Amino acid sequence: MFSKGTKRKFSDAGDEAADESVLGLKMTSSYTLQRQSLLDMSLIKLQLCHMLVEPNLCRSVLIANTVRQIQEEMTQDGSWHAMAEAIGVGQTPADRLEATEVLCRPPVRGQDQEAKPFSVIGYDSCHSEEVVVDETLCSTSPEAHTAYISSSLGVGPCWQGEDLTEAGEDDEDDRQEDCRPRSEGEDGGRLVEGSRATEQVFGTFEIKNPVPSPDPALEDLFSDVDASYYDLDTMLTGMQGPPKMGPYDLLESLSSHGSPSISSTASCRSDLNELDHIMEIIVGS
Amino acid sequence: SCCAKACQHTMNPSMSSCNWLTHVSLSISFPADIISTVEFNATGELLATGDKGGRVVVFQREQESKNQPQRRGEYNVYSTFQSHEPEFDYLKSLEIEEKINKIRWLPQHNAAYFLLSTNDKTVKLWKISERDKRPEGYNLKDEDGRIRDPATITTLRVPVLRPMDLMVEATARRVYSNAHTYHINSISVNSDYETFMSTDDLRINLWNLEITNKSFNIVDIKPANMEELTEVITAAEFHPNQCNTFVYSSSKGSIRLCDMRASALCDNHSKFFEEPEDPSNRSFFSEIISSISDVKFSHNGRYLMTRDYLTVKVWDLNMESKPLETYQVHDYLRSKLCSLYENDCIFDKFECVWNGSDSVIMTGSYNNFFRMFDRNTKRDVTLEASRENSKPRAILKPRKVCLGGKRRKDEISVDSLDFSKKILHTAWHPSENIIAVAATNNLYIFQDKVN
Repeated sequence: MFSKGTKRKFSDAGDEAADESVLGLKMTSSYTLQRQSLLDMSLIKLQLCHMLVEPNLCRSVLIANTVRQIQEEMTQDGSWHAMAEAIGVGQTPADRLEATEVLCRPPVRGQDQEAKPFSVIGYDSCHSEEVVVDETLCSTSPEAHTAYISSSLGVGPCWQGEDLTEAGEDDEDDRQEDCRPRSEGEDGGRLVEGSRATEQVFGTFEIKNPVPSPDPALEDLFSDVDASYYDLDTMLTGMQGPPKMGPYDLLESLSSHGSPSISSTASCRSDLNELDHIMEIIVGS
Repeated sequence: SCCAKACQHTMNPSMSSCNWLTHVSLSISFPADIISTVEFNATGELLATGDKGGRVVVFQREQESKNQPQRRGEYNVYSTFQSHEPEFDYLKSLEIEEKINKIRWLPQHNAAYFLLSTNDKTVKLWKISERDKRPEGYNLKDEDGRIRDPATITTLRVPVLRPMDLMVEATARRVYSNAHTYHINSISVNSDYETFMSTDDLRINLWNLEITNKSFNIVDIKPANMEELTEVITAAEFHPNQCNTFVYSSSKGSIRLCDMRASALCDNHSKFFEEPEDPSNRSFFSEIISSISDVKFSHNGRYLMTRDYLTVKVWDLNMESKPLETYQVHDYLRSKLCSLYENDCIFDKFECVWNGSDSVIMTGSYNNFFRMFDRNTKRDVTLEASRENSKPRAILKPRKVCLGGKRRKDEISVDSLDFSKKILHTAWHPSENIIAVAATNNLYIFQDKVN
């Protein structure tokens, strides 16, 4: 299991003096951000629907295990619960109706439509910011100062930390701002204002599970014996993109999107309700 | 062994001038379809490839001729056939891909050749046979095949066989279907030559080659509650000479060796091979990169080779606690795991192969690179399968990936690697230094230069 998470507290830099880890000072907020990004990415991957072909079970299992690991660590840190609190509760069943509608849509190239790389339910344009996150995580520009979290120190996943901050977009700051308050258990009121940033992080938690139960997001993936793929069908959101995605289709569809355009506060509010419901499901409250 | 001899006279102390293999003429390009499997038969006379479009192409090695000694047994197309077609599962509303996942040859008993080919759901037994004579002089039909009016027949004759142009035909002799809920990733022919096994993500089935309407389930790791699923089977293979023994690998990096004599259902393993995790290397990606993508017994049956994302490991069957040898395939990717996770490359399934004498192992990498490791000398080499390097009879130049800092002239930096050019499938001739390398939709055949 994870040993690295136990000593390091989830707090801001001021408490790090007590931390034994050499890079502890640098780690906390960027590590948390990156862990969150990894969680988002993993959930997106689980939901991407190869609409015509059965998804690869080995890949799904490995991604689901990764999500579990992150979840466990976040639970230990206390950040999982804090995140859930910040979102709040409440959603109408009507919000779920869009899900099936999306599934019925024929697959269309994501580039042609505004901000629909993963076509998560109800999120028309809010998700292009998600694009930025993933793009920076996978960018390997030669000039990037690659401050890798050294695996030999036994902390954190390996990725290009600096690339994340080099995104150079406003939403980057928004996201960072919102992450820290959230982790300290700020109320949901602040979220309404920082709705854009919130959606970036939680927007992809499109776990549609009618039966709340422990870890429903993952359960629903493997819910039944031979009907496992039926449930996968109904659970997965439709993906507005080519049916069979190669490794680089993902990057292409991500990078093709420009700056986000939030259409109206009304749509964001309904999106927030969607978020609430999802967080409720994930936390199992 | 032939390989050791070849290596001795071509290798010199400096690794950069090691010229194990020399590319000889044949480099075949498949127009559209991505090659998904490559396999030599037991004598090396035939080489089969399967592709994403469900086709199988079989190459045959030319007989060496005294007239043209420089054309040392090159491979030519022998037979092409459509093995699998796309299907649609109406119950699940999902397509079943026709992509050929694996091909395995059966040992040869007579003039015909037999192979097993499989897609995600169905295994087929194909017979490839030659026809170079045809009967002529039928009584009831004329030369064009039209039926003759019996009333016009005044004399009878005996049909005779006359030579014709060689025709190679492939016929499906058996179809083994409806036995797999999940995707088949491996097939393996037993050394008893009567049975074979097919493996999907959660189950392994044993078949008799003659019988298609039933199979025996010998491994089942499906949990009662699918929500508890955390591990899948990634590959399986029969022992090369013990017909009761087989191994299967998992997505958690373990290998289980099973003995079919112990019980009908081999859920309990006889041996369990797993390397303890290095806690200092732990990350969120540790499990994913430990997932084994291929497992192969050595020809002598004493060793096992496994491939995970970054390494190839050789195991002694008598030592379960840790591998005998570990070879780094492309450790420079260790710091790129997040990007590789993002673009799904971390889930690429590379295969690995032994040479005939079990002294050298080979596996693929990115940028059309493939790697060979000599187990005796501990030397390794990186070669590239690409059009630019494929001039006939040109010696392959070793490649090097620059890790950082100053890049030398011929080196390539990690950031310049092309991750869409991956070599997942390779094959090694059973007794000679001939290798087949599949680079997306190109097949390369390399041979050792013999003076």
